[in-house]
Amino acid sequence: MKTSFLDFEQPIAELEAKIEELRYVQDDSAVDISEEIERLTAKSQALTKDIYAKLNAWQIAQVSRHPQRPYALDYIHGMFTDFEELHGDRAFADDPAIIGGLARFEGQPVMVIGHQKGRDTKEKIYRNFGMPRPEGYRKALRLYRLAEKFQLPIITLIDTPGAYPGIGAEERGQSEAIARNLYVMAELKVPIIGIIIGEGGSGGALALGVVDHLMMLQYSTYSVISPEGCASILWKSADKAPEAAESLAITASRLKTLGLVDRVIAEPVGGAHRNPELMMQTLRRALRDELQMLMAKSTQNLLEARYDRLMSYGKFKEAPAR
Amino acid sequence: MSWLQKLLPPKIKRGNGTSKKTVPEGLWSKCPSCEAVLYRTDLEKNQEVCPKCGFHNRIGARARLNLILDPDGRFEIGAEVTPLDPLKFKDQKRYLDRLKASQAETGETDALVVMQGSIKTVPVVAAAFEFRFQGGSMGSVVGERFVRGVNNCIEHGLPFICFSASGGARMQEGLFSLMQVAKTSAALTALSRARLPFISVLTDPTMGGVSASFAMLGDIIIAEPGALIGFAGPRVIEQTVRETLPEGFQRAEFLLEHGAVDMIVDRREMRDRLVTLLTALMRRPTSS
Repeated sequence: MKTSFLDFEQPIAELEAKIEELRYVQDDSAVDISEEIERLTAKSQALTKDIYAKLNAWQIAQVSRHPQRPYALDYIHGMFTDFEELHGDRAFADDPAIIGGLARFEGQPVMVIGHQKGRDTKEKIYRNFGMPRPEGYRKALRLYRLAEKFQLPIITLIDTPGAYPGIGAEERGQSEAIARNLYVMAELKVPIIGIIIGEGGSGGALALGVVDHLMMLQYSTYSVISPEGCASILWKSADKAPEAAESLAITASRLKTLGLVDRVIAEPVGGAHRNPELMMQTLRRALRDELQMLMAKSTQNLLEARYDRLMSYGKFKEAPAR
Repeated sequence: MSWLQKLLPPKIKRGNGTSKKTVPEGLWSKCPSCEAVLYRTDLEKNQEVCPKCGFHNRIGARARLNLILDPDGRFEIGAEVTPLDPLKFKDQKRYLDRLKASQAETGETDALVVMQGSIKTVPVVAAAFEFRFQGGSMGSVVGERFVRGVNNCIEHGLPFICFSASGGARMQEGLFSLMQVAKTSAALTALSRARLPFISVLTDPTMGGVSASFAMLGDIIIAEPGALIGFAGPRVIEQTVRETLPEGFQRAEFLLEHGAVDMIVDRREMRDRLVTLLTALMRRPTSS
């Protein structure tokens, strides 16, 4: 598949185009240009490394939304076996923007739940661009409880622009559906690991995000509001999204520094989409470690640690008691 | 200059231009809904509810708690917690400057006031949002005060009541704000385990991260008439679905019809109704 390039990747794109051109003429060329191709390929890789070494928050947001970025089902098929998808909230509908089901991770049965975006236009619409409706959260809730009943650890794959702002979603209690998930996850008696694989968009992400251990892929984001949304409210212009992205501290590295994320998983040079196999290899190792660690804990310890973690969120001043 | 002009205070001297529009400030008030011209004192007597059409004007956190709690034996919880600027957030203004402006305007240090007290002698902890403080948005301080209120309930075996009025999470605290959505929801699991009631009262407006957390997790959820309640704001929805929203969309009555709230209660009856509900849930004798 041809890589599609983001705006800030144009220098790489030009170089890659040149390489492509040379490869094309190589066959009927009298002189040997393979050396030149090799040299340019190395240069392109160095350039990619260079550009990706100093991405700003807004550029990272672009990578997190890259149309070729691996989505939840890619990870499920790449890292798990025996996936059996389970559908529906048993009340209203099945929401294709959230998927979930039973699977095995290195032999261990688990419940895996994630947001799912679509690849082509048709699938994008079918998946509602990864924006869940209330029935999506309620399906997730049903699967949380199913996992608890059968003592299966839960792994969530977070990748959504946010909850879907639609009329029906409000009519069917979007707020309550999200809130209920937070409440239930806070006291669910099995380990929960969250992995932000792309966009962690606000409430829609949080509904899969109350976990014992939160990982973020290097170029994923997690935010209370989209940079565009924030910019149009505070700057009165969506064009200020790059500034908003910076201010909001949405990147994995900043959130790690702020103590809001436990582990940042390094991505292959140029992002997960350039080498999904390598991405999954790295992620599999991290997941194995954490899963082992959490499954060794007693339920009581697990729940106490989760509760303490939730209560510790926030930064404020405190005057000494009078 | 004549003796008369010398005697007149400077304001009147300036002539007709200014004197015309000097309607006595604060004596009259026009209802934003039915446009009836009302005596301020009448409106106050009606708890800021229009006596003509029943429109519920927004009220501040302390005014709310004054209406609900008995005058004696109150004390505030969590006032020692005050805001920081963990992200050094700056848009067109610095977050710290916005905080200072809100503090000066409202006299509050952040958007939630929590008090222990009683309603008709039934002891409770009650929290109320100050909407004029950054749109009642929930950041770290709001979350922490909420949790301290809940913990106080657990410690003393009291029910918890929260009057929401909020635009949602506070953007200027970034992900810390989103985490308050989880934190406040989780605190309610502890309250539940102690079998203590949580009554959530949704007032105008209750949106975003506040509605998607504790506000929708009440054992009983009450809404004030006409209150705007929802997750996404009506403008965002309109832009997304590109159609005009149905009449009364996201209003309290709409939520009642869709099964999202237990009841709509007029502010003037709130105290009595809360006592009826609380005494039943706490299996106490009816308060006379």
